Amino acid sequence: MENSVIVIGGGIAGITAAATMSGNGLKVTLIERNNKLGGHVSEWSRLFPDRRKASEVIDYLEAGLGETKIISGCSVNGIINHDNSFTVLTDTAGSITAEALLIATGFDLFRAAIKEEYGYGIYNNVITSAEFEEMLDSRAGVLTANGRVPKRIGVIHCVGSRDEKVGNLYCSKVCCVTGVKQAIELKEMYPDSEVYCFYMDLRMFDRHFEELYYEAQQKWGVSFIRGRLSECAENADGSIVVKTEDTLTGKPLKMSVDLLILLVGIVPSPGTGRIAGMLGLKTGEDGFINSVDAHTMDNSSGIPGVFLAGALKGPASVNSVIADARAAAVQAMAWLSTNKTVNA
Amino acid sequence: MKIEGKRRIWEEYQKEIADDNYFYVRSCVRQNFFPGSEKTFLRYMAELGKNVFENPSHTTCSGIGYHTDIVPFRTAMTMVARQFALMTEAGYENFVTSCITSFGLYSEILETWNHFPDEEEKTREYLKKATGREFSKPKNMAHASDVTYRLRHEIAARGSVRLVNKETGQPLKVVEHIGCHYSRMFPSKGIGGAEYPYVLAGMIEEWGGEVVDYPERRHCCGFGFRQYLIQANRGYSVAASKKKFESMKPYKPDLILTNCPGCPMFLDRWQYAISEMEGITYGENGQGIPVMTYEELAGLILGYDPWDLGFQVHQVPVEPFLDKIGIPYDTEKKFLDRNGNSMGKPKSPSFLKFY
Repeated sequence: MENSVIVIGGGIAGITAAATMSGNGLKVTLIERNNKLGGHVSEWSRLFPDRRKASEVIDYLEAGLGETKIISGCSVNGIINHDNSFTVLTDTAGSITAEALLIATGFDLFRAAIKEEYGYGIYNNVITSAEFEEMLDSRAGVLTANGRVPKRIGVIHCVGSRDEKVGNLYCSKVCCVTGVKQAIELKEMYPDSEVYCFYMDLRMFDRHFEELYYEAQQKWGVSFIRGRLSECAENADGSIVVKTEDTLTGKPLKMSVDLLILLVGIVPSPGTGRIAGMLGLKTGEDGFINSVDAHTMDNSSGIPGVFLAGALKGPASVNSVIADARAAAVQAMAWLSTNKTVNA
Repeated sequence: MKIEGKRRIWEEYQKEIADDNYFYVRSCVRQNFFPGSEKTFLRYMAELGKNVFENPSHTTCSGIGYHTDIVPFRTAMTMVARQFALMTEAGYENFVTSCITSFGLYSEILETWNHFPDEEEKTREYLKKATGREFSKPKNMAHASDVTYRLRHEIAARGSVRLVNKETGQPLKVVEHIGCHYSRMFPSKGIGGAEYPYVLAGMIEEWGGEVVDYPERRHCCGFGFRQYLIQANRGYSVAASKKKFESMKPYKPDLILTNCPGCPMFLDRWQYAISEMEGITYGENGQGIPVMTYEELAGLILGYDPWDLGFQVHQVPVEPFLDKIGIPYDTEKKFLDRNGNSMGKPKSPSFLKFY
């Protein structure tokens, strides 16, 4: 059991942390609920801002897992804190004990059907950004529900983010640039199509994001309309009527699109909530887990020996999740190597 | 369109509707707009063995005044409290409103009292000082269309009429229009919620028709209070109705079904106004699209005489609908009052086909 860690969650945060600790000689067990590793990133086609294949990133990270013991298709039913060690009770792998825990249970995508007025699950040509990514990798490609090439596409930002009505006041961070990326991908696929992004404001916070936004406008002719979607309806031909206000011109706007993509936000995963409940971890009003100090101790849970990594603490990009997971791994290693004296 | 998506939402938004013993409050305007509707509701409730009590001394809920900034909220609350006092004094607990705006206001006030109990206490004090009355809050609050929805199976079973074209055997196409104050403020207070309400769609389905969705289904009927009550804004009112007619026309609806006082008024009367202004009609062969209240439609399903339901005062003639469904009617009796005397026949419109 010496220098042993259990990582709960096999998305990119869990893989990265496990790989870092395993590479440094710790005995690591990685538990993942699904049958394969990679989490939501494995369902994405390409990543912003450079459009790198998501699978390449996962492959790279997985290659570092080394001696990590991977238990997939396994759910955590309970956790016992013995003060100097932890026993994780699972449904398929019995109980596993280690000196430290690293929690990387990640996020879920906002359930678009909650925004009833957008008609997801009712109107055939309203899809989510995640479904768009699936289409990118599918043989058929991106088509309307009746198999036609979409001539006009709407991309709706902030679906389930910064929205008091659904109880999510926070920004999901990654949707703006995802929308810009997907708009460019549409124009690459269908140069004659019209692509409209409806946004509140564009938060191009990271390196190369702003350039991508300019490229979308200058090179690809993507139209950006500042206005939040009020409602959708379906025309007889299956196209979608969108109603919004162009807040820059101050005029109401109504138009039809062949395909509508909802950029769904990030919400805490049910797994995150369950694990938080088992360990007594503190969560914020937004449901994400609070670390001890967001500036200086962001990987510390407040429970000695329990460390936090990735989007279970809030929306984050792939780059920042990987960096955060490495930091969490280093902190766990420091704790173990100092006979559990470094602040956890 | 995926109907299963709507059904999922409909299952989510269900509410408790009392089974019997209702205290009924009427609308300020419906007896002028569609004079047979409330009478028909009371008729079929009695025939279905339901106890409905009315107190003729009930007043307006003040909803129209409240929504036009004429009546302050505390005054409205006190007037509503008086209605509740009449219910309490009569020994009833289930409150049923005829008007959608009333239903919305009652719901808003009960929610206000729920969140701000001191407002309820103040209202009790005002009512006591002004009238000497006290009240209990209703145990169950429903709109009359909720109650009719609850009884839709019994109505179908008792009636002999189905919403089916007698020539083709196909279901008649019906668009439904829900009053804004039914569930837009409180989605959980309406059957089916705010975006895809089921209260009328459920009746249409049960009675054999086909519900037709169309792009401007959610758009305002044209009443919108300020659009109509402020005379200078009435162009907006006609424009709003016209937008809906243009949107629904390609779907060739046989009927527009409503549950609000204002909606059938404007969807009916403005078809005539638009036809006079622009020579446009929205039904087949110069006909309009008939507009009905749910009580009128329930009355037809139950086999009541169309002229007992008040169709004489509709601006868009309902005869094409009656012909499609195969309901007999005596043209000679259309404009006779209950004693057989002539009420006078209105002048024929310039474009809208008249019967």
